[in-house]
Amino acid sequence: MWGIFEGWEHLIRLAFVAVVLVLAFFAIRQVVIPAEFGKYGHYRPGSLDEIAARTPVFAGREACASCHVDVAAAKSKGPHANVGCEACHGPLGRHAQDFTSQKPVLPDTAKLCVTCHEADAAKPKTFPQVVSRDHAGDTACGVCHNPHQPRM
Amino acid sequence: MDLTRRELLAAAGKFIVLSGAALEAFESPSGALAADSKYRMADHWWAMTIDIRKCIGSGNCVRACALENDVPEGFFRTWVERYEVSGEDMEHPHVESPAGGIHGFPVRNTPGVKSFFVPKLCNHCAHSPCVQSCPVGATYVSPDGVVLVDQQYCVGCGYCVQACPYGCRYLHPTKHVADKCTLCYHRITKGLTTACCEACPTGARRLADLKNPRDPVHEFLRVNAVQVLKPEMATGAKVFYKDLDGSVR
Amino acid sequence: MHALTPNVQGFMYPNEVELTWSILIVLYPFITGLVAGAFILASLARVFNIVAVQPIYRLSLLTALAFLLVAPLPLQLHLGHPERSFEMYMTPHRTSAMAMFGFVYLWYLLVVLLLEIWLDYRRDIVLAARSRTGVMKWIYSALTLGSRNIDAKSLHVDDRVGWMVTLIGIPSAFLLHGYVGFIFGSVKANPWWSTPLMPVVFLFSAMVSGIAVVLLVYETVTYVRKRPIDMACLDTVAKYLLYIFLIDFSLEMLDLIHRMYEASESFRTLDFMVHTQLFMSQIVLQIILGTLVPVGLLALVQVVKPGEMLRRRIYALAAALTLIGIFFMRWNVVIGGQLFSKSFLGYTTYKMAFAEREGLLPAIALLILPFPILWGLLKLLPPWAEQKAG
Repeated sequence: MWGIFEGWEHLIRLAFVAVVLVLAFFAIRQVVIPAEFGKYGHYRPGSLDEIAARTPVFAGREACASCHVDVAAAKSKGPHANVGCEACHGPLGRHAQDFTSQKPVLPDTAKLCVTCHEADAAKPKTFPQVVSRDHAGDTACGVCHNPHQPRM
Repeated sequence: MDLTRRELLAAAGKFIVLSGAALEAFESPSGALAADSKYRMADHWWAMTIDIRKCIGSGNCVRACALENDVPEGFFRTWVERYEVSGEDMEHPHVESPAGGIHGFPVRNTPGVKSFFVPKLCNHCAHSPCVQSCPVGATYVSPDGVVLVDQQYCVGCGYCVQACPYGCRYLHPTKHVADKCTLCYHRITKGLTTACCEACPTGARRLADLKNPRDPVHEFLRVNAVQVLKPEMATGAKVFYKDLDGSVR
Repeated sequence: MHALTPNVQGFMYPNEVELTWSILIVLYPFITGLVAGAFILASLARVFNIVAVQPIYRLSLLTALAFLLVAPLPLQLHLGHPERSFEMYMTPHRTSAMAMFGFVYLWYLLVVLLLEIWLDYRRDIVLAARSRTGVMKWIYSALTLGSRNIDAKSLHVDDRVGWMVTLIGIPSAFLLHGYVGFIFGSVKANPWWSTPLMPVVFLFSAMVSGIAVVLLVYETVTYVRKRPIDMACLDTVAKYLLYIFLIDFSLEMLDLIHRMYEASESFRTLDFMVHTQLFMSQIVLQIILGTLVPVGLLALVQVVKPGEMLRRRIYALAAALTLIGIFFMRWNVVIGGQLFSKSFLGYTTYKMAFAEREGLLPAIALLILPFPILWGLLKLLPPWAEQKAG
């Protein structure tokens, strides 16, 4: 019966080795593939947790309002009602966690306000904007306008 | 009291960070991210709306994103473009985005043109070509509709960067993996809004949850003329623009 | 930040300014193209029984192997995390054209190329294992893979199975290089790349480059060995080079004419790019020097039929120019595809580093590397009978 394999031994041995390698590949694969890969799709579900675990840097305006009630109330009546606190004061996540851990720096109204309010053709016409040089010369905006209730 | 609730959230956050590896073993039948969080992925399908008529090119969003997400200098998870379109020539707008708009824009009052700002970010496409192209499964659409990158798994081949029609991806210069807007996944899963929306002074950018019946997005989409970028690419983009000019690429 | 800052003309999306894929990604399709082309030449001898090219059958296989061994290296150098590259074997994402790379490469290396070489050389290996001494004896003994049987029956089996392997090898070679074309051709975001013609153009230009490199290697090796060259073989190889080059050129012209005629949104920006940024690499190096001149030279030989010495020189020149042309074809696809903005409003420049991981120096090293490997293979497995040492 083995006569038909005469002349084929070297290839049969090779085929055997190939089968072993393929089986080994699948075995390795089982071990190496990350846990639960493919649970929601072709990816590692642990990644979702890792990405979500990051600590927020900005606290969000609700967090600010929970302590700074008076400022929030004053601001809510004026045109800056929908401007977030951190839009001007910068990220204050750590301050919201523990107010001693991060001291907020008061923005410089000479530089800050013009980033929004300097007149430019690309800004919507209904948006309040001025040519700061003509409007106030060298005076900082905060000298006349209260940033939380800017309307005069 | 509010401080206590925040402390609890902070403690939960630390718990998640410390036991990140162990979390994978937890059975979360609801699809929640952590055993003790109330966030259920199946309840959300995230999107964003941008009202071009409200954008003033402040660059707040670009700055906030960079701070929130440690975005490397010279690369952008979000950016703002300024367009100047003259009359009939919609095919040749003048467009600029100096450093992505991170320092705002220098004043330009070119006569005779229509000008406006266009904030851009990852469109978190429902039929994302970048997800399709990833050879190993390192980028994916999450069950709640956010396109994310598994930076522990990414090999840094750059194919997804090539596949994105919107130019919102890049290879991180020091981590050597693909990087892009995550829709501040770490914020939205905690009930916060994205950093860019939080910082936007005019409310031009607004996070939207299409699965939430009370979300203003439904009214927004019903009432306004709404566009997506490069609709011909059929990517299922989920950043919806109101009053986006036809000259915008 | 980088010392090399690209120059931007017009408007680019901010993340597009720096190129993602470098000269190393130009190298990969170039090298696998040489592999596919050299193999097709071998299959002309083995499967299509073109007797005239028999003398370079083994040489073509070894050339293909030398380049195939180097092929993954530019990719590994480019990857942000090469240590994770096994992930493509563990969790290949079936929607991604690139995911197939690992398997197609392994299949081609093991089942096609190595198996065919082994089957063809088995008798020589066993004889050498018997007759050599020292370290070489061990090496040849290992190469026998445990089987010393070289009687007529087993050699007949080798021949039949080898023929089958070469037969399977032809579509495998097409797959090895065609899918590289598909990797580019399937990117809908990039209009320079996105065309169904891309895999076909890549494949035919691969065949052209592979034939050219074997032609050059054959002429060089013969010169070094100080042997007479088989002119019938050389003439046939040159003829096939011409024919396939004509097909390749027609395909590329078809693509160009189609784009010009349809003049869709991207055309204007691409056309401008070809005439400015890519003028040297596309018009001068790829089309004129790299295609028209070698095709002209090869066609001239068919018509004028000069003497042997002149023919050899013309073939060598044409082959060298062909290789330059096909290299720049890859350059123009890979680099060119990243020089223009997807907004169609601007261009950037490619600042190629020199002595960095993805710089010119490693690229040159990788282009040179297959040759010492080939030299080693030629010593280990001499293609020609009289070269075997006792």
